[in-house]
Order: sequence, then C-alpha cells, then structure tokens
Amino acid sequence: MRLEYFQLIDRIVDLNLADRRISSEATVPTTSKIFEGHFPGYPLMPGVLLIETMAQTGGWLVVAVNRFKRMPFLAAVKEVKLRTFVTPGQHLSIDAHLEHDGSGYAIVEAKIRSERKLICDATLTLRVFDFPNAEMAKQMRETAALIGLTVEAPADG
Amino acid sequence: MSSTFDTIANIIAETCDIPRDSIKPESHAINDLGIDSLDFLDIAFAIDKAFGIKLPLEQWTQEVNDGKATTDQYFVLKNLSARIDELVAAKGA
Repeated sequence: MRLEYFQLIDRIVDLNLADRRISSEATVPTTSKIFEGHFPGYPLMPGVLLIETMAQTGGWLVVAVNRFKRMPFLAAVKEVKLRTFVTPGQHLSIDAHLEHDGSGYAIVEAKIRSERKLICDATLTLRVFDFPNAEMAKQMRETAALIGLTVEAPADG
Repeated sequence: MSSTFDTIANIIAETCDIPRDSIKPESHAINDLGIDSLDFLDIAFAIDKAFGIKLPLEQWTQEVNDGKATTDQYFVLKNLSARIDELVAAKGA
C-alpha cells in the first residue's frame, strides 16, 4: 500500500470470472504522512481508505469482467461496517463479489479480513464507463500487470 | 399478482422515500418525482432483480442524447412498465 498515492492493493491473489469473485492482499505501511494526522500518537488506517481498498478490489473485478474495456468509478457506499481498528503493518485480505452487472453500473459486495477476522464490509455501487482516454486505459493495464491481474485484453482495446 | 407498474411504484416509494400514492402511471421519474441518476441506479438494480432483466440504461441514455428518443419514452412510468414487459417477454421467448 502507498496510501498517499491511493495505491491500496498490493497484489491480486485470485480471480474467478465464472463466479465473479476476486481476492487481493495488502499490507498497511508502517509509516505514512497520513498517520501523523490520523491520529497523532495513535496511528490508525482511516476508515475511508478501507472503503477505498474494498472499492479498488471490486473495481479490478469489474475491469476484469469487462476485459479492460471499461472503467468503474465509485458512486455509492452502503451498508458499510467498520468493525475494528486497523493499525500500521497489518496484513489485509480483501474479497469482492460482483453482485450485479447492470447497464452502466455494478453492485459489489466486499469484505476485508485480517488473520481471518472480519475487519469491515460494504455494498458498493460503481458507475461503469468507457475509459475517458487512452492514457488512463494504458495506466490501468500497467498497474494491473504490477499487481498480478492477468486477463486477456481484447486486441482492439 | 401485482402489475408491473405497481411493482415499479413500490420500488420507487421504498428506494426514494416517496409517498406511494403520489406515484402515478403518468409520473415522469425525473421531472415529476425528482429522482436523480444515482437514485435511479438503485431503482434499476431493484427492477433488474425483481424482473430478472437488465434495463438497457446506457442504450436509452444514448438514444435520448442522440435525439432519437425522448425521456418520456423511458421514464414516464407507464412507458417504463411497457419497456419492462417487453424485456421480460423477450427473455422468455
């Protein structure tokens, strides 16, 4: 994880397109500017970044389902529960399931666990658009390769 | 068995906290009921689940943007009900 850059997924560990499920891993950094403010003397991973971590994992699933042709953007967060504190250095396992693949939107259920303990969960609505430009599509493919997301992209995409 | 319109109206009432008796077949989801695009995604999700279909929202939006259709054709509830009935029939064909 590089919190300041919103790079919250270290690696994709499983992708099952038939079941529309994905699993990722991430380790909270031991140091970060963010911990200087959240909170002074008691560093905690901000809940909004846990939500973003779930959104990114679910987002990669949507990207994979759409074979890198479309890009999801977080639109709504529902039924979110932040169940326990997350501290620097903690290892996280994130699972997401594509509950519904709608026309221009997707509904994703996501959970984060640490050492099998449920940390947080949420239902996320993602708007799904064509990539706004070629540069973003290229960057997403490069990032996907770095975190181990391998899905055959269309030759024309 | 409730009609398609009744199912839609109940979904809208529950999803958007709009009084059920103010939702009429002639109501325009956007212009009359004030439903915005994000709330309409919740409605679309509930409709997709209830009817086992996939509302072609992107196609409809494109048609409206291209001037090939009016929002009335898709977002006046009696018309939306008819579109849903068509999609359900096509699914079963």
